[in-house]
Amino acid sequence: MSILNIQKDHSRFRQIVRGKIKQNLKKFISKGELMGRKGKDTVSVPVPQIEIPRFRFGSQQQGGVGQGEGDPGDPLDQGEPGEGEPGKAGKDAGEHGVEVDVSLDELAEILGEELELPRILPRGLDKIQDTRDRYIGIRSAGPESLRHFRRTFKQALLRQISSGIYDPKNPIIIPVRDDKRYRSWKTEARPHSNAVIIYMMDVSGSMGDEQKEIVRIESFWIDTWLRSQYDGIESRYIIHDAAAREVDRDTFFHTRESGGTMISSAYKLCADLIDESYPVTEWNIYPFHFSDGDNWSVDDTLECMQLMKNRLLPKSNMFCYGQVESPYGSGQFIKDLREHFGGNDAVVTSEIKNKDGIVASIKEFLGKGR
Amino acid sequence: MKMLTLPPYLSDIQRDIEAHAKKYGLEFFDTIFEMVDYQRMNEVASYGGFPVRYPHWRFGMEYERMSKSFSYGLHKIYELVINNDPCYAYLLEGNSTTEQKMVMAHVYGHCDFFKNNLWFSPTNRKMVDQMANHGARVRRYIDKVGIDEVETFLDVCLSLENLIDRHSPYIRRPDPTPEPEDLDIPVEVPRLTASRGYLERYINPEEVLAKEKERLETQRKTQDRKFPKEPMLDVVTFLARNAPLKKWQEDVLNMVISEAYYFAPQGMTKIMNEGWASYWHSTIMTQDALTDAEIVDFAETHSATMAVSPGGINPYKIGIELFRDIEDRWDRGRFGKEYDDCEDLDEKLHWNRRLGHGRDKIFEVRRIHNDVTFLDEFLTPEFCWRQKLFTFEYNKKRQGFEIFSRDFRSIKQKLLGQLTNFGQPFIFAENANFKNRGELLLLHRHDGVDLDQKWGRETLLNVFRIWSRPVHVRTQIEGKPRLWTHDGKEFSDSPGE
Repeated sequence: MSILNIQKDHSRFRQIVRGKIKQNLKKFISKGELMGRKGKDTVSVPVPQIEIPRFRFGSQQQGGVGQGEGDPGDPLDQGEPGEGEPGKAGKDAGEHGVEVDVSLDELAEILGEELELPRILPRGLDKIQDTRDRYIGIRSAGPESLRHFRRTFKQALLRQISSGIYDPKNPIIIPVRDDKRYRSWKTEARPHSNAVIIYMMDVSGSMGDEQKEIVRIESFWIDTWLRSQYDGIESRYIIHDAAAREVDRDTFFHTRESGGTMISSAYKLCADLIDESYPVTEWNIYPFHFSDGDNWSVDDTLECMQLMKNRLLPKSNMFCYGQVESPYGSGQFIKDLREHFGGNDAVVTSEIKNKDGIVASIKEFLGKGR
Repeated sequence: MKMLTLPPYLSDIQRDIEAHAKKYGLEFFDTIFEMVDYQRMNEVASYGGFPVRYPHWRFGMEYERMSKSFSYGLHKIYELVINNDPCYAYLLEGNSTTEQKMVMAHVYGHCDFFKNNLWFSPTNRKMVDQMANHGARVRRYIDKVGIDEVETFLDVCLSLENLIDRHSPYIRRPDPTPEPEDLDIPVEVPRLTASRGYLERYINPEEVLAKEKERLETQRKTQDRKFPKEPMLDVVTFLARNAPLKKWQEDVLNMVISEAYYFAPQGMTKIMNEGWASYWHSTIMTQDALTDAEIVDFAETHSATMAVSPGGINPYKIGIELFRDIEDRWDRGRFGKEYDDCEDLDEKLHWNRRLGHGRDKIFEVRRIHNDVTFLDEFLTPEFCWRQKLFTFEYNKKRQGFEIFSRDFRSIKQKLLGQLTNFGQPFIFAENANFKNRGELLLLHRHDGVDLDQKWGRETLLNVFRIWSRPVHVRTQIEGKPRLWTHDGKEFSDSPGE
């Protein structure tokens, strides 16, 4: 019966946390606050004002008493004072909030609720198996790289003491083969439905840091949402100026070129990538393209439209184009797209003026439920 | 509380350990062990040992924190024991037999301490029942007025639960309630004594008396009537008695206060209590209970418990070492004038008067001391030196803490300073009729460390929520007097007069 008590109190706590995240979600999004806090499956969210306030001392004046080696003036390098002790100020005392780990799924759910995003029905639910190793036990045989030092040491210590060769004055422990202990693992399999997001971005001179930051924030939330809708997700990154190439995520956000702009180069590479690696029967495909709306020529724009119509749209769940405002861009491309594909549900366009526009733009992209 | 019986092999061990403990003179309430899995252990620990407590989200927050740190392998609760008659103690399923033995021996140390340490004497030994009772009452209020209202009020109460007077259960404080001052009773004008009756009208002329009477009456009407008469450290009790609360609110606040007083002695004796329990698990294990095969396991677990860090003291370690030091000093007579006056270091080192009073002495110490008096009386320069204690301070230039001193006096001062009032600021209810407007003035007695303002303003808002008139706290920031005020809408920080 009391098991239920903690479950109730715990879910009440999670409910409060969710409420606080929801209240602050738009701020988190437009300030890009959560991106640096992402772990593998969770995001550490700074939840404001949840800890119960008390009259307490400012931590810095307080100092304390410690135990160990060192001379006056030596810095305390390990073990932050007072960490985790009740009634004492920790590092974040002044900020008066707590870091709460929220799973990416839960964050996506909150995003979905707050922006009223419809759920996506994945197509081609194939049973692709994914496997994963988990280290769960100890055994006495295995590769050296998995040797458990502590267990091995203890085993050797025990053996030396019991066989009378342990000398407390010269406590050297030498493990022999029988002492060695190794971590052991188990492989688990899980079924899968897949999606691939192909991000394309114009990195010509007119795209500044501010514009790229907007793209970075958008891509984080798009990743988060789509990840929650599929079991497995892959992201690919293409940058282009007059020519296009595929890069890794880091390069994607930090490259700045000065050349001209040929959007078709990116669309062509994107289409090749899909043909090559992502059969449409197994993959849900999401191309996203961000630029400031400048293209080199009318001819190139026309070629883009052809590529989309013939190669990209037939294979994609939807095609998203985000236009970030820059002081240099003409902003023409979005007009061309709307002219050609207005009324086509599979093409979503969005104009993003500044960081405050990110929330609305995410809603435009993901609000179709495709 | 429903308890499951232990598996037979552990019941046998319990009987053994209990017999050993008794043989050494430990004396305790009946102790009931329950074996739980780690989830249940984390649950019980989140509730401070009482899974029957009233519902509140912060227990859920605590639970999440513990579960997470457990799953990361950062901590594991070995044992949990509740000050109650009978004592309830929890063992963690999956621990090795050696660990269970050690935990049991440790638990008997705690149980003895709970029963015999004087600072625990006013605690309710039927607290399990009382906690359950509190839980039932809070649940009833939730049904009546709704979860949100009760929860919000509990948040407020818990925000102030540290503002108690930790010594009040042991001494009689003057009654802070004001004498009823009835404005209808006519003002008495004191007269000068006339030695002869006929002098009366010259010494106390009618018109002077009338004037004086008028003056006193206006004074009575306009003067600030200060209340309480003496500043009162138990701010929450003051609020519970005097704030305009609804019946259920008063009841909830009083529950929170009584639970805070129940837990207070555990905070006041953390070092002693853990030291005592560790002293006994170590003694019982090494003298009696260990088998040869278990020694390395025991050594590993014991040393993990005793680990020290530069960022703070480990109460287990300081406690056990200090008890051992006291035992040694009273065994060898290393105390008193003769010893203190001896200037030959070598002689001091090998000092031995063969008194053999060590055991008796530590039993006496565990009866009468709390952490503050324990350290005040028994911390010695030799001990600090042997234990490598130091003080650390924040270095603004370096933006980090650094070792400040290894001087005995400053170590002792810092330790005692941290422990006094359980490391909490001293805050008094000073005047409930501040500015003669029924506003509440709190007084922070500044002992060298400033209050944290961000936390202070939130807490002050919670004081307002109970008092429902503007509230103030007089404090000091960087050596200058300040007056913090919250009127429910705004916080202000003005120079204090």
